Amino acid sequence: MTRVPLRPLARILDARAKGENPDAIERENLRLRHEQIRDKSRGRAQARLVFLALCFFSAFSTIGARMGTLAASEPVEPRTASNGAEIEASRADILDRNGRILATNMLTHALYVQTRDLVDPARVAHELSVIFPELNEADLLRRFTDGRSFLWVRKVLSPEQMQQVHEIGDPGLFFGPREMRLYPNGTLAAHVLGGTSFGAEGVDSAEVIGMAGIEKFEDNRLRDPAQAGTPLVTSLDVTVQAAVEEVLRAGTIMMNAKGGAAILMDVKTGEIVSLAAYPTFDPNDRPANPTSGDPSDSPLFNRAVQGIYELGSTFKIFAASQAIDLGLVTPETLVDANAPMRYGKFLIKEFENHNYGPLLSVADVIAKSSNVGTAHIAMMIGGERQQAFLKSLGLFDASPVELVEAKWAKPLRPERWPEIVTITAAYGHGVSGSPLNLATAYSTIANGGIKVTPTLLKRTEPMEGERVMKETTAHLAVAMMRRVVTEGTASLGDVPGYAVAGKTGTAEKTKKGGGYIRDKVVNTFACVFPANDPKYVLVVTLDEPVETTGPKPRRTAGWTAVPVAAEIIRRAAPLLGMRPQVEAATLDGLTAVKN
Amino acid sequence: MRPVLYVFSFLAVLALGFWAYRENYATQAAQREVEALQDEIAGIRESLTIQRAEWAYLNRPDRLRDLATINFDRLGLLPMQPSQFGTAEQVAFPPPPVNNVVLGLTIEQPQSISGTLATEGAQTP
Repeated sequence: MTRVPLRPLARILDARAKGENPDAIERENLRLRHEQIRDKSRGRAQARLVFLALCFFSAFSTIGARMGTLAASEPVEPRTASNGAEIEASRADILDRNGRILATNMLTHALYVQTRDLVDPARVAHELSVIFPELNEADLLRRFTDGRSFLWVRKVLSPEQMQQVHEIGDPGLFFGPREMRLYPNGTLAAHVLGGTSFGAEGVDSAEVIGMAGIEKFEDNRLRDPAQAGTPLVTSLDVTVQAAVEEVLRAGTIMMNAKGGAAILMDVKTGEIVSLAAYPTFDPNDRPANPTSGDPSDSPLFNRAVQGIYELGSTFKIFAASQAIDLGLVTPETLVDANAPMRYGKFLIKEFENHNYGPLLSVADVIAKSSNVGTAHIAMMIGGERQQAFLKSLGLFDASPVELVEAKWAKPLRPERWPEIVTITAAYGHGVSGSPLNLATAYSTIANGGIKVTPTLLKRTEPMEGERVMKETTAHLAVAMMRRVVTEGTASLGDVPGYAVAGKTGTAEKTKKGGGYIRDKVVNTFACVFPANDPKYVLVVTLDEPVETTGPKPRRTAGWTAVPVAAEIIRRAAPLLGMRPQVEAATLDGLTAVKN
Repeated sequence: MRPVLYVFSFLAVLALGFWAYRENYATQAAQREVEALQDEIAGIRESLTIQRAEWAYLNRPDRLRDLATINFDRLGLLPMQPSQFGTAEQVAFPPPPVNNVVLGLTIEQPQSISGTLATEGAQTP
């Protein structure tokens, strides 16, 4: 660029000659130069703006065009891309710990009708009512002809039924594919699995949603398409579960009970190997939820998890082990057991008005199941420490197990905790819990005092919980429970080779308004085996049992729940791969002291 | 020179057109094949699911228990009992192999030997 001089000599001289101010020329030139600069920078800015506008225009028009084509074009599946085996649309399978199928899916079809396309509604209604006896011909015909254009006839068809419907040959009949949940083992583990139903239904597919149990608790995990290929592995063992259910069913019937529950739990990992409740149902054809009457009469009621009962004398071991843990007593300490005991206006009696007193060792309090002895131990401990201990065993909170029912089954306990509650709670009256709560607490004792969290999912690493009691206390507690079986109330529970250690519990059922019903009891037997190295905890609960082989009906756990539990151990322990052991002559010093 | 170039480029266009036509149809055929294979995979996967379900159904504990009861005469199966556990010493082991060096024999060609093997505890010659 040629630079114009601000003061050109020729013009300056010329202006001087004319007598004009030469500075005016300089100012004029300066003004021209500034205008030139301004014009140039304006042009450059304009070009930049136009360029940017073009960029934006093309970007937006590309996006707009893409949106337009996506909206206008037909959706097509990518044909050439290989579809990964890892993404599947169906619900994930549920397996047992050895990989046997508990729940899987099967493709079936649903039947629907487009009434516009029906050629002969009367004939179709007739033929359908022949194939499906539960459909009413007149009702079908009314639904075909009352003006609606679309209706569902059946949610699931078997292949044979589908062929029969095909043979009707009417163009108004349509089939929609359906993924159906199948439980190949029938009623096995029904209360754990729960069952499913169809959620939102479309012509091409329908949602399968969990109704209860683990199907509902793990619904999001099971429905997640990214995890549909990986089955949910539970801690149940199909073989053991089948044996436990068979024995529980026979036992409930033999003991004339209304129902029963059994829980078998691994004490090291907290895995529930078997969870059974009787009566049971078929999850393939889940009955409707009861709308009237007592919900606990329905087969859907899971007594092992939802049954909140007073668990009776099974609680005594908690008072005894806490007192030992606090150093208040040893198993040999003699405590006052002079029955009946008077506390204020309350009279604490023993079973059938026995008197095991005046003095009884702590181990004998447990073996003979003395209410008065336990009451005196509880008074040594005191209410606050007792509550904290029972809470640390998980007896005051709903069980964290992977069943949707467990969340709603919160153990019951009194609001206030005066000393009389301390006394009654020590022998399991006035506080209620589910058999699963009890099994968890016993597992904590059997696990050497380290808290166990129950789970229905397979895990291999041992439980890492907080320590609830000293290891020596836990061993002493198990040894005391062993005495209950060898010479106490649970003598029918001795299974040779498996050193069963347990505690019986009999609690009368409470009336709606308050007070107890004499001849309606809940019998519980909670046990640990083998006693020298506890591996499993078994809790058996029978609802309103009565044993009638003797001259008068017997309603104590020792006569009802204990033989059932012994039979379960006899059947299940070999299946769990446990070899019967020759027992050591003495477990510890307890026997020697007794002698 | 120029007409030759024209002819050559015309022929090249023809050849390229023919090649593109063939490639187009080959692609479509491959896509159809992929589709058919994917249908087949889906079908096989579905029947696999059904067969696994059927296997589980046929192996359900109820049915196995009933079958064991029905065929008790032939199989004699009962629920497992604790008393059925044994120790390794109770299992009859096969007798030790006959040692050639002890017998002082060398075998050079195939020999046929018949007789009964001595059981454990019995004296071997």
